Amino acid sequence: MNHARKIAVAAGIALFGSASPAIAAEKLTYYCSAQEDWCQLMASGFEEATGIKVNMTRKSSGETFAQIKAESSNPKGDVWWGGTGDPHLQAAEDGLTEAYESPMRAELHDWSISQSESADNKTIGIYSGALGYGYNEEILKANNLPEPACWKDLLKPEYKGHVQMANPNSSGTAYTTLATIVQLFGEDEGFEFMKGLHKNINQYTKSGSAPIKAAARGENTIGIVFMHDAVKQAVSGFPIKVVAPCEGTGYEIGSMSLIKDSRNPENAKKFYDWALQADVQSRSLEVKAFQVMSNKAAESSPQAPDLASIKLIDYDFKKYGSSAERKRLLKKWDDEVSTLPR
Amino acid sequence: MSSPASEDLSARRGSRVVLLWLLTGLIGYFVLPWYLLEDGFFSFEWLFDGYPFDSDYAPAAFLIFQGEKIWLAPLILPLLLPLIALSQRSNRRLFSTLLIIAGASGLFYLFAQGFAIGIRGFNAEWLNNLFGELGDRQFGFGYGAVLLAATFLFYLTTGIATRGYINGDIFVVGAIGFIISIVALFIFFPIAQMLSSALRDNDGVYSLSIFIAKFSENKIWGLACLTENRGCGVAWNSLFLAIMVGAATTVLGLVFALVATRSGFRYGNWLRALTVLPIITPPFVIGLAIILLFGLSGTITQWVAGALDLQPTRWVYGLPGIMIAQMLSFTPIAFLVLIGVVEGVSPSMEEASQTLRASRWHTFRTVTFPLIRPGLANAFLLGFIESMADFGNPLVLGGNYDVLSTEIFFAIVGAQNDQGRAAVLAIILLLFTLTAFYAQRRWLGKRSYITKTGKGDGGSHTLMPKRIMWPCYVIAFIWVVFTVTVYGMIVYGGFVETWGLNHTLTFKHYITTFAVGWNEFGIHFKGTAWDSFFTTLQIAATAAPLTAIVGLITAYLLVRQQFHGKDWFEFGTMLSFAIPGTVVGVSYILAFNVPPLELTGTGVILIISFVFRNMPVGVRAGIASMSQLDKSLDEASLTLGANTWRTFRKVILPLMRPAILAALVFSFVRAMTAISAVIFLVSAEYNMATSYIIGRVENNDYGIAIAYSTALIFVMLTAILLFQLLVGRNQTSRPLAQSRTNVG
Repeated sequence: MNHARKIAVAAGIALFGSASPAIAAEKLTYYCSAQEDWCQLMASGFEEATGIKVNMTRKSSGETFAQIKAESSNPKGDVWWGGTGDPHLQAAEDGLTEAYESPMRAELHDWSISQSESADNKTIGIYSGALGYGYNEEILKANNLPEPACWKDLLKPEYKGHVQMANPNSSGTAYTTLATIVQLFGEDEGFEFMKGLHKNINQYTKSGSAPIKAAARGENTIGIVFMHDAVKQAVSGFPIKVVAPCEGTGYEIGSMSLIKDSRNPENAKKFYDWALQADVQSRSLEVKAFQVMSNKAAESSPQAPDLASIKLIDYDFKKYGSSAERKRLLKKWDDEVSTLPR
Repeated sequence: MSSPASEDLSARRGSRVVLLWLLTGLIGYFVLPWYLLEDGFFSFEWLFDGYPFDSDYAPAAFLIFQGEKIWLAPLILPLLLPLIALSQRSNRRLFSTLLIIAGASGLFYLFAQGFAIGIRGFNAEWLNNLFGELGDRQFGFGYGAVLLAATFLFYLTTGIATRGYINGDIFVVGAIGFIISIVALFIFFPIAQMLSSALRDNDGVYSLSIFIAKFSENKIWGLACLTENRGCGVAWNSLFLAIMVGAATTVLGLVFALVATRSGFRYGNWLRALTVLPIITPPFVIGLAIILLFGLSGTITQWVAGALDLQPTRWVYGLPGIMIAQMLSFTPIAFLVLIGVVEGVSPSMEEASQTLRASRWHTFRTVTFPLIRPGLANAFLLGFIESMADFGNPLVLGGNYDVLSTEIFFAIVGAQNDQGRAAVLAIILLLFTLTAFYAQRRWLGKRSYITKTGKGDGGSHTLMPKRIMWPCYVIAFIWVVFTVTVYGMIVYGGFVETWGLNHTLTFKHYITTFAVGWNEFGIHFKGTAWDSFFTTLQIAATAAPLTAIVGLITAYLLVRQQFHGKDWFEFGTMLSFAIPGTVVGVSYILAFNVPPLELTGTGVILIISFVFRNMPVGVRAGIASMSQLDKSLDEASLTLGANTWRTFRKVILPLMRPAILAALVFSFVRAMTAISAVIFLVSAEYNMATSYIIGRVENNDYGIAIAYSTALIFVMLTAILLFQLLVGRNQTSRPLAQSRTNVG
């Protein structure tokens, strides 16, 4: 129930003292863009901790952004948790989400706070993960291919038909890849890189983590993905080796936002504060989510990639998260790269 | 014109009907909450929560007395206008005129205010200029508004009926009006919304040039694949795929139909049973099984590569994979269409030919084949439409071969998030399927190729000639082995630890999805799938009877009644068959997210989408079985003084059990397996099984996805048997054969 309606209810009760007080159960509509089991863990954890009934929808961050935008004249969701930061930043830019400064901010890593400030506090980092790639060792061996270690290794002709990445038009991960390459090598050289890579790509998948899942199942050799996604496959027992590219790499900040004009704003804030607690964030390991969590006191797995040991670029979230720059880069990629013959 | 006596009768009946609707309207206006309840259509919390004064739950009259939403006040006039009509019963002309005025003006005003005033006050700038800022807002229609809309609609139809239209039959005119209204509201209105969004740019400004630019994009119509080593436009991809699949399924379907009826093959019933399987298979499952067999690390690929010492490739991703999966899914449809046609060829024709000393081959070529040719075209067009609309298989197996249905999805959910582009792609897809649909109806629908006349038509079918018998046997055998392998893989896949890595048998996936435990409150459904499973059952079980009702009423009107514009009425009701699910999903989001018809996020929108997507099936099944009922039965009932409603209820309905069963089974099954529209319409509270499965597939949890799907297959088999027991034993295969139409 939003504010205006709440006031109307209060006025109604005051006017006609006969009306019974609201007995409706407390609830929260929760949009989740992380992996299914993590989403469920958060939902049931919050229900247990507060007694507030949670209605969860899990969709990818792009889908959720589209939904929030479509519903903007009549928002149905209260809080949006998880998924790469760009759609969250875009939602902040479009005025779809609400600014909020949580009392938990003191416990968070700097990267989380600075990302939040770049969006006028309309979103906040809950986890971060670096970009990289993973390969299936068995298939690599079966095809007598050398072990790649850098971004530029992927351009070698012997990898033709062995590399998979998502389509940046449909996947936030792949857009982060594009933006990372552009920031790492500069725009002109970066696009030359993408053109070279294009020759070796066997498929542009729709979803961001699909390339490494395909590699895990033996349907692909090298997948360009976030490293924590690759680690997850390796931990599940698949013959996947994770690579942090030698030139350095970009990263994403998985984010959380409060939806503007929502129906249960108080419960949404409760969830927001709760989700930033160290003990809550530590539970990510239960579902094999190997991202680095934003609360400094949250535990991390020994198998998780250590952000400190990876060469990270100074990723410009403000610029590359803006819809104008995104549109421009995607159009350029569409026109200059995706149309090339392989 | 009918006789004056019957018109008097209809006016008397008319006034009873009007009184009934007046009461309903009064309840809608004075008793029930006017606006949509936040907690959903079926919650009754409002009764205890400040009703009737709280403005969230107040009926229209209470709102107005409190000085709120005064724009609802004028509705009382058309609501009460028929009171004058009731006092003027002797003047039939005035009676009907008043009713028509009350109904039409009431409906018009109700919707005009609904569309004019939305969640942010006036919806259009010129209204603000005219009346000034409103400073108030309103939400979607609730119980009250819906009842009032129904009242106005039936005022209108009763008025028209008492004018003497369709012999002054109030029930028939009311039914026609009702069907037209709901089809307009839930099929034409969303499509129109979608068309208009294709014409707007991102800021909501109408612009034809943007539409043309988006429509003529190179990504859609590019023909580079002919000259260079790169992909063609999505429109060509879809078209090419659909033609290939249409042709292949028709050939295979014909082979099966011939084997089943013309080969002396004794296990034809087994063949039929096998064809039901793909219909009750959830989407993706076939795609997953194909990957497990033919993927880079697939069993068969590895085996062949090992045996021939070749490097395994990703050949299956793209056109070959989609084609194999779609052929597996849609061949049964072609078979079901063609078996009816092949059996429909009268044996006496063939006997005549053979008596004239034609050989079996000659008879087949010159008599049998020409008679089944229209059936072939029909099967081809069905396969074509199904392939165009298919969403699940291209999603899993597409590789770099993009098709329209998946492109629409990713235009909406992708990082580009371009609703306009989605709408444009949807229009192109709709153009293709509508053209095929139109061709099917114009070119085949009216032509008679029935040679059975009902007069003594003894004899049995001749066997097919040897030179086609053996190829048919071989093809059918290979295909059966293949289908059995695929389904074997599906069952097996649910029981292995991790496919491709660890093939130890385990119940793990079934336990995660369907575990049941006990706690202090009694039984506790621990499995992760139960939520979506119960929602799916509930929604499918609600949608099925509604689909049957709407379909059968429509069929009754089409077969038994004569009225102007019947052709258009038929076209309108069958149209949704040609509208692919992705298009339905997109257009429903665009049309039903804002007041006055605010349905997104509810279970109602899922039910409605199923009812209208599957309605043509109910209609077809109804038409088929109703045309077999002799009209003299209705006439006898009417002569004995029953009205049409009573005749429909007491005479026709009981005779149509098979059609009802077919419609029930089909719509239940479709509601459980549909994905393309559903994926846009599911919400936190109403998550469906198929959208849960797609989430697991995305997460590489093939085991769980397959285990859940296998369970669904068994649930649907059980449900089919249950329906059969409920409605009475009947042959299901035939009505299903005639009615199995839309997919996607």
